[in-house]
Amino acid sequence: MTFRQKTILPGFKITFTWTVIYLSIIVLIPLGGMFAKSFSLGWADFAEHAFSERTVAALRLSFSTALAAAVVNLFAGFVIAWVLTRYDFWGRRLLDTLVDLPFALPTAVAGIALSTVYAENGILGSQLAKAGIKAAYNPTGITIALIFIGLPFVVRSVQPVLEDFEIEVEEAAASLGATRLQTIARVILPSLLPALFSGAIMAFSRALGEYGSVIFIAGNIPLKSEIAPLIIITKLEQHNVQGATAVAAIMLMISFTLLLVLNFLQIRQKRRAI
Amino acid sequence: MNASRGIQDPWWLRYSFIAFAVGFLSLLLLLPLYEVFTQAFSKGWDYYVESLTDPIALESIKLTLIAAGVAVPLNLVFGVVAAYCVAKFDFWGKSFLVSLIDLPFAISPVISGLIYVLIFGLQGWFGHALAGAGIKIIFAIPGIVLATIFVTFPFVARELIPLMEEQGKSEEEAALMLGASPLKMFLMVTLPNIRWGLIYGVILCNARAMGEFGAVSVVSGHIRGETNTMPLHVEILYNEYNFTAAFAVASLLAFLALATLVIKTLVDLRLKLVKNLTAEGTE
Repeated sequence: MTFRQKTILPGFKITFTWTVIYLSIIVLIPLGGMFAKSFSLGWADFAEHAFSERTVAALRLSFSTALAAAVVNLFAGFVIAWVLTRYDFWGRRLLDTLVDLPFALPTAVAGIALSTVYAENGILGSQLAKAGIKAAYNPTGITIALIFIGLPFVVRSVQPVLEDFEIEVEEAAASLGATRLQTIARVILPSLLPALFSGAIMAFSRALGEYGSVIFIAGNIPLKSEIAPLIIITKLEQHNVQGATAVAAIMLMISFTLLLVLNFLQIRQKRRAI
Repeated sequence: MNASRGIQDPWWLRYSFIAFAVGFLSLLLLLPLYEVFTQAFSKGWDYYVESLTDPIALESIKLTLIAAGVAVPLNLVFGVVAAYCVAKFDFWGKSFLVSLIDLPFAISPVISGLIYVLIFGLQGWFGHALAGAGIKIIFAIPGIVLATIFVTFPFVARELIPLMEEQGKSEEEAALMLGASPLKMFLMVTLPNIRWGLIYGVILCNARAMGEFGAVSVVSGHIRGETNTMPLHVEILYNEYNFTAAFAVASLLAFLALATLVIKTLVDLRLKLVKNLTAEGTE
């Protein structure tokens, strides 16, 4: 084999073959099949399903709520990562553990819990209703669920960068006369930006396709509070496999584009670190 | 002005940041978790036990255990094999292979279910052939297992690849030079080195396997007592306005999540400890 470098370690052929075969069976062939199916539709059929009024409204809703949630998480995630790495206080470790809850809690459980808390008769929802804010069964509710599932992505992306940040750089800034806020805003924050944005893009990408935590709090009213993944489910329930495939193909293309952007950002981040 | 004062945050910033972080996490994460348990026990302990021991609930628990019981070991073996291949060897197209392994993370769970419907469903590639042979994959247990394997595919590999890359291959090479067989090298050097990362990957994989909703929902067909996993059973109960029972089943999944977090924290501490010790050793 000329395509690998020499080493005395055994097992390259068998592990490589296994990896490629298992990957193909579980991931690549099924995904390829889906694309083949969507191409076999022909443009007219594809466009009819993918650009119908209801689908476009759902894609727009998924996009805008995911974006809103990612922006909230960008700020909240920065503050939380900062607090967890820079301050020592009672309960910090507990808080640190809690950040991973959205990763560990099944989405359906998160969904029913969030909609119970934020519904008009819920613990928080009733308080918000007094202030005139409706926080469930509308796009606001969707955004709350998406903030929930996206938060750990930003915190966990920024935290290691903050931990490794060299204290000497901050000391240099301070000894040159910068106030603390200037140091944070002009020295620390710029070097955090790639990590912040890759975290936010991961959160955004997850939010676009999120289903379980959203459908319970969304309201699911066509054209108003119906998210894109729900369109796929609805079409499947109507035995409209072609329609479901067309919508899925559009969503996959968006996800893959985001993945490319993310890779680019992470390569830049690595270069900066060196 | 001394330097250490210069890198201290002003007190007002400190307190407002901490207050924000605690408030945000309490309202967004803690309150929903609290709600799960208060709702689950709102009609008392007897009703709670009754909701969990209902035959249909028990069926759903069984199916969830089956799905995770197949998916987790398969992905565990794959994760170790793939991580060994990627971390110990240099070959052409390696970073592309790693991106492909991560792919299931980037895909909506609903689409993860859909791709199997397209292959094995009645209108799919093999639908007619399978129906003719009397084999049912979609709206049956095999479909649920497949979808679970797909969504939990990257977890173990993803945890192990950076860990094994960091460890390098000098210890394995030393073992081989000293005459160990490849199998012995793997069992006595490679595996013990990665055991904490492995535990970490497996518990994350398991949490997702037992909690997966979107992908499983697409392939399940929601047949009561037959193709409903725990999360799907929660959905049905909730949509029937049987909130207390829904939260009772949900509380089991929430316990699982809490256990996952505790184990994860312990493993994290352990990994940090090992890292610090080796760092001290090399200094």
